[in-house]
Amino acid sequence: MPYVIERKPLTLLERLYIPQIIAGMRVTLKHFVSPNVTMEYPEQRPAIPAGYRGVPTLVMDPNGREKCVSCQLCEFVCPPKAIRITPGEIPADQPDRAHVEKGPKAFDIDMLRCIYCGLCQEVCPEEAIFLQNQYSMTGFTRAEMVNDKARLYELGGTLPDEHFKWDKKKAAAEHGNAH
Amino acid sequence: MIAPPKPDLVTVNVDGKDIAVPKGTNMIEAARLASVEVPHYCYHPKLTVAGNCRMCLVEMGLPAVDPATKTPIMDPATGKQKINWMPRPTIACATNASPGLHIRTNTPAVVDCRNSVTEFLLINHPLDCPICDQAGECKLQEHSTAYGRGYSRFVEQKNVKPKRTQLGPRVTLDDERCILCSRCVRFSKEVAKDDVLGFIDRGSYSTLTCYPGRKLENNYSLNTVDICPVGALTSTDFRFKMRVWFLKQTPSIDTESSVGANTEVWSREGSIYRITPRQNDAVNDTWMADSGRILYKQVKAADRLVEYSIEGTAALPAVALAKAGGLLRAGSVAIVGSGRSSVEEQFLTRKLAEYLKAPVTLVSRVGPGDKILVSADRNPNVRGALVTGLVSSLPAQQLTELAAAIDAGQVKSVLSIGEDLTAAGLTAAQLAKVPVVYLGTQRNATSESAQVVIPTLTVFEKAGTFVNQQFRLQKFAKAVPGPAGVADDLATLAQLITAAGGPTLASDLGALWAIIAAEVKPLATVTYANLTASGLLLDGTPWAALPFVEGETLHFKPASPVAASA
Ligand code: SF4
Ligand code: SF4
Ligand code: SF4
Ligand code: FES
Repeated sequence: MPYVIERKPLTLLERLYIPQIIAGMRVTLKHFVSPNVTMEYPEQRPAIPAGYRGVPTLVMDPNGREKCVSCQLCEFVCPPKAIRITPGEIPADQPDRAHVEKGPKAFDIDMLRCIYCGLCQEVCPEEAIFLQNQYSMTGFTRAEMVNDKARLYELGGTLPDEHFKWDKKKAAAEHGNAH
Repeated sequence: MIAPPKPDLVTVNVDGKDIAVPKGTNMIEAARLASVEVPHYCYHPKLTVAGNCRMCLVEMGLPAVDPATKTPIMDPATGKQKINWMPRPTIACATNASPGLHIRTNTPAVVDCRNSVTEFLLINHPLDCPICDQAGECKLQEHSTAYGRGYSRFVEQKNVKPKRTQLGPRVTLDDERCILCSRCVRFSKEVAKDDVLGFIDRGSYSTLTCYPGRKLENNYSLNTVDICPVGALTSTDFRFKMRVWFLKQTPSIDTESSVGANTEVWSREGSIYRITPRQNDAVNDTWMADSGRILYKQVKAADRLVEYSIEGTAALPAVALAKAGGLLRAGSVAIVGSGRSSVEEQFLTRKLAEYLKAPVTLVSRVGPGDKILVSADRNPNVRGALVTGLVSSLPAQQLTELAAAIDAGQVKSVLSIGEDLTAAGLTAAQLAKVPVVYLGTQRNATSESAQVVIPTLTVFEKAGTFVNQQFRLQKFAKAVPGPAGVADDLATLAQLITAAGGPTLASDLGALWAIIAAEVKPLATVTYANLTASGLLLDGTPWAALPFVEGETLHFKPASPVAASA
């Protein structure tokens, strides 16, 4: 059954359109003077809030030493298999690191695969991998989009450490417990 | 009530369930038969019982009997014989099943024992799972998940012990991780018969070491790595190479000698990382020799053949095969088969030889047998050649007959299946006289001088069967893909037969086994698919009179005294 809507005829003011134009101009003019919400990317960059999940990076301890021991747990947990690690042995001639025994020979994260889920950070037993505030990854080739070990440390930098696990181990070993 | 057991069985009760187990079974195995796991570290089914880790504590009870009258005391509440439970827990590994034995593995007291043993074991443990090669297959890790408290109450300083001691050329020891179970000590003494390991010092200072001036360097040293329940003993070759949870296991056979030890090949994405023994109680128990564990290195060795070639220049597979076929068609071919080929390949070689009416010889390889798992016959499959009818007598180490035939001009071409003819006694001058078609995996003097070279696959890259010294037919599976462009060996041989003008034969295992079963009497009932993991013992009596070179090994006694002297 057809349903007829009774349309009200427009009033004179409405037919003039002027009040509506003024109302629209008011909104526009308000934004002329109100502070900007967009920014001139890439010259200007946003402040990244704490806890942001950006590009996964490898970090060093405050003494500039590699923290990752190439346990490959992140490689295992990574859902899209973006991480690829070649484990290696730390040679005995590094006095402050030899007792760690193991470290990555190569460490690649394919950023075309990474889904920024943060599971690698969550699983890492050494607190060596963090998704920090780097959010923009671009490149012209696929190879450029794979972060190798050097690049991962460059992106990661140094983070504060609460544990100094290996320093404690070393101190215990030097203290010894011999009879 | 369950039926009275057979005389060699005794009925025991595990967690309220009656089960008949063979006499002499210990409580761990009896519980295993009842599908109940009793956690343990020091007990190993193939070693003597030491009873030192105390992880296997269970509650044990025996049916009550009146001491005076020896009549069973009945429990009026249940109407069954009363059970006298021992007031203290017992170690399950060192207690054998006796009739009516009752075991409880799930009471609070037992769980308490396990929790406490775990806490004590972890007191001095370095907890370095992230860098430990055993992580993922570590008993301490598994049982700590089940029975650990998750945090440590130990506030004193942990013991510090040496972290990377080289016990021998292939074994690295991390003393901090050792839980002093003595499995490795017992293995060295009882199985390897090389009693080099032992503990020094007392209490928590106890440390595993080699006898002064000795090394753990016998050919079975890596078995200690396999049986170490924790990551204390690690393989120097595999150390820090890959975490075990990435590795795929493929059942295979050790090809270093005619023992045919069952193995497990661990690979990831087409690369092999290690080889470990696979349990077969009729062949190798749970052991294998160190020498067999490095055989995977031939897969990516520098001398690996990956290209078809004619007179040293690379050629397309079809062209190389056609050229080889042409040489074979010319007649007067001599075939040098191999005791390292699988049964299926030997069968196809026989087909080729029959078609060409060519004589077949094999090359024997003999080394010293160690009476454990390396026999004197260093070919894995000489008996396969006998069973398939490729040859009817045992091969010699030198190809003297072939050499004489070449000198006499009776041979127009030689087909060698993986055998280095120079090493087998042919001189360069003799090889220069005849064109050689060489099928093989590795480059050698023969492949250098051969007219046609056809690359083949290693045992890790194909599937098939071998017949070991007991005449046990055992199968191996393909662990990794072969080099790009190299065809499967069965396909290569089938194509070679076709190229030589012969019939077209099946080249996949299923179809080929139908033909083998039809033509080879001893294998009449076998198909590749129904061959079990433990293998099939064939009847070796037709060949019993042959003077096999093997002496005694772990599960093999030579039949004739002639062989025993070798
Ligand atoms: S953030 Fe997620 S997807 Fe990206 S590397 Fe880590 S685990 Fe893999
Ligand atoms: S980053 Fe962490 S989880 Fe990944 S390999 Fe290194 S230590 Fe292990
Ligand atoms: S090294 Fe391993 S097998 Fe040997 S006693 Fe220690 S824990 Fe046991
Ligand atoms: S397994 Fe029984 S005491 Fe170790």
